[in-house]
Amino acid sequence: MKLKTLAFGRTYQFRELKEVMAKANEEKSGDQLAGIAAEDAKERMAAKLVLSDLTLEDIRNHPLIPPESDEVSRVIEEAVNEPIYRQIRQWTVAELREFLLQQGTDQDQIRRVGRGLTSEMVAAVAKLMTNLDLVQAAAKIEVVSHCNITIGQRGVLAGRAQPNHPTDSLQGMKASLYEALSYGIGDAVLGINPVIDSPDSVKALLDATKEIMEKWRIPTQNCVLAHVQTQMKAIRSGAPADLIFQSLAGTQSGNTAFGIDVALLDEADDLIRREGTGTGPNLWYFETGQGSELSGEAHHGVDQVTLESRCYGLARRYKPFIVNTVVGFIGPEYLYDSKQVIRAGLEDHFMGKLQQLPMGVDVCYTNHMKADQNDMDNLAVLLSAAGVNYLIGVPMADDCMLNYQSTSYHDIATLRETMRLRPAPAFEAWLETMGLMANGRLTPRAGDPTIFM
Amino acid sequence: MAELAYRFSSAGSGGIASGELDDGTDKSNADHTSVSVGTDASDEAEAAEAGSPFGEGLHRVPNPAWEEGMGELLSSTPARIGVWRAGTRPLTKEVLKFRCDHAAAIDSVYGEVDPSLLQEFGLFTVHTRFGSTENYLKRPDMGRIVAEEGVQLIRSRCKARPQVQVVVSDGLSANAVDANLRDVYPSLLDSLAAYGLECGTPFFVRGGRVAVMDHIGELLQPETLVLLIGERPGLVSSRSLSAYMCYRPRKGKVESDRTVISNIHRGGTPPLEAGAYIGSLLKKMLEQRASGVHLNS
Repeated sequence: MKLKTLAFGRTYQFRELKEVMAKANEEKSGDQLAGIAAEDAKERMAAKLVLSDLTLEDIRNHPLIPPESDEVSRVIEEAVNEPIYRQIRQWTVAELREFLLQQGTDQDQIRRVGRGLTSEMVAAVAKLMTNLDLVQAAAKIEVVSHCNITIGQRGVLAGRAQPNHPTDSLQGMKASLYEALSYGIGDAVLGINPVIDSPDSVKALLDATKEIMEKWRIPTQNCVLAHVQTQMKAIRSGAPADLIFQSLAGTQSGNTAFGIDVALLDEADDLIRREGTGTGPNLWYFETGQGSELSGEAHHGVDQVTLESRCYGLARRYKPFIVNTVVGFIGPEYLYDSKQVIRAGLEDHFMGKLQQLPMGVDVCYTNHMKADQNDMDNLAVLLSAAGVNYLIGVPMADDCMLNYQSTSYHDIATLRETMRLRPAPAFEAWLETMGLMANGRLTPRAGDPTIFM
Repeated sequence: MAELAYRFSSAGSGGIASGELDDGTDKSNADHTSVSVGTDASDEAEAAEAGSPFGEGLHRVPNPAWEEGMGELLSSTPARIGVWRAGTRPLTKEVLKFRCDHAAAIDSVYGEVDPSLLQEFGLFTVHTRFGSTENYLKRPDMGRIVAEEGVQLIRSRCKARPQVQVVVSDGLSANAVDANLRDVYPSLLDSLAAYGLECGTPFFVRGGRVAVMDHIGELLQPETLVLLIGERPGLVSSRSLSAYMCYRPRKGKVESDRTVISNIHRGGTPPLEAGAYIGSLLKKMLEQRASGVHLNS
């Protein structure tokens, strides 16, 4: 493995693959915080040059986090299709990039090659891609999933209704949910982040959303985003959950900090298949986000793009219905400004899609980041062009419980109109019967939440 | 920030979650996994103080299907609903209101706690290694370590090995401390006294992060520690406070070892009730010798 290059009139020698991978990243405050980022723009380019000439085999043969000591590494390793890998192992990372971008490369070819890739190879190629590369390559990959309805088809932009309330008031939750439905949002999931992480509270929210789904015959799925163990208790006590949720980290120790491991996820997987109310076969909802491993001091000196890709390698094991990266939620110590958030959103979406995940993105920021709503408008348009499966819908983009800003019901409706996208077909048919949508556009009735009272 | 994974939450029926609000990573768990004891969703006090020109509580939907129902919806949540639209975009006033609130939130990150408030409760001040607000934002690790001068001060002024150590910090919102300490702090002390718990010497940490608890834990070796710290400001409230609690906080504790009550402000978990509730949780931690996900509530 050649870790040396001549550039800018000098020799750059890197010690190990881990260093090349970190330094080849676009600038991120999280890599700087971890002390692993490139020293300057030239060193960043030298690392990209070295990385571009490495083969996929080089990457696989030099594990960043050994499978012997990390179960996420083991999950990723075990998922590799060996015959496909043998066909492509001599490719350089540069060649992988060009393969993805060739006009002759269709999504079935990408899907096939994707099965021979590890998460580290996927991260590596992302580091060589421009923002527009990431948009174009991702746009080729259609990942369709089904829980109670199908989403992810080309031309579909779904929305998660996120009707959070600062005290989990059922009335307050319903108010925001009615508003969402009246704007045509909620086809990805009716998903609530609870304040109170208890089985009773989770059950109450699941019961309430299920009741609304049944009363109005809404073709969608519900989920309450508590800790997986809390949801399991709720489900065992009879709570109607279509999907089960968990946040993931890209290392075993990161997951330990989240209070989970593969055995627990396997147990939850078994439970949702036996006791869940969703049709399936896709019954999981995962969330991820660059920087979570570092915040838990569980990064092993690996950069945050690679660790994020490893989250997807883990997620893939469970064939989820939806996955989203909460891209700007963690804060300025990981993604400092809008430029970094936009880059990360495009990277994550691409890396997830290449690993055959039904990727959504929580296009978001916190109030201590150097970003504002205009930046979110930009990223949402870019992701819509890239074929993102769904975005998050929050009243006026302001989540009154999580204290951050995401995308709004209005934003998703606007993206659909502007980018010629539609809700999931089953959901759109329902919107038509409700008189909220006609010919793919909102009707004058849309925007009145009291029609659901 | 904080955000993060149910790593943070305890599975108990009390709904206690633990997490690290200011450095979390998973939005499902961090700020979110907390316990609320209040139900009042309105935050009229803040709106009034903000001097809003936008006519709070009015909906803009023309001829709603059920006019009275609209009032019911609006009064049930602080979320921005009933806002109507121009095509698929929000109306101009709503867009400007949103931008005004964002402007206020940005400014609160850079505020400082009122020194007279700290004096009133006899809290002396130590600094972390944060240096500047910019550096505080980029280097959370610096906010987890008490600077050398502060270490000396803590060693010389604080009682060692108390049952309960109380610490206050500005965190990401000095406003949160200013707005809530007068309510939450006395009710916490009353609650501790009622349970007969012995309290150490309280103090204030400037530039603190949640995990500064561990460093303080090493210095004073308390049985339990509660940190009242300003949360990352939101648009609805820039004054939300969190209480992070840990049984035997020491170096190496992880987020799931901590229990948190978040969203403490007049429109969320009422500060007076939060103080009493913190006391009852600390008592439970001492009884069970555990906190965070290990605590059965």
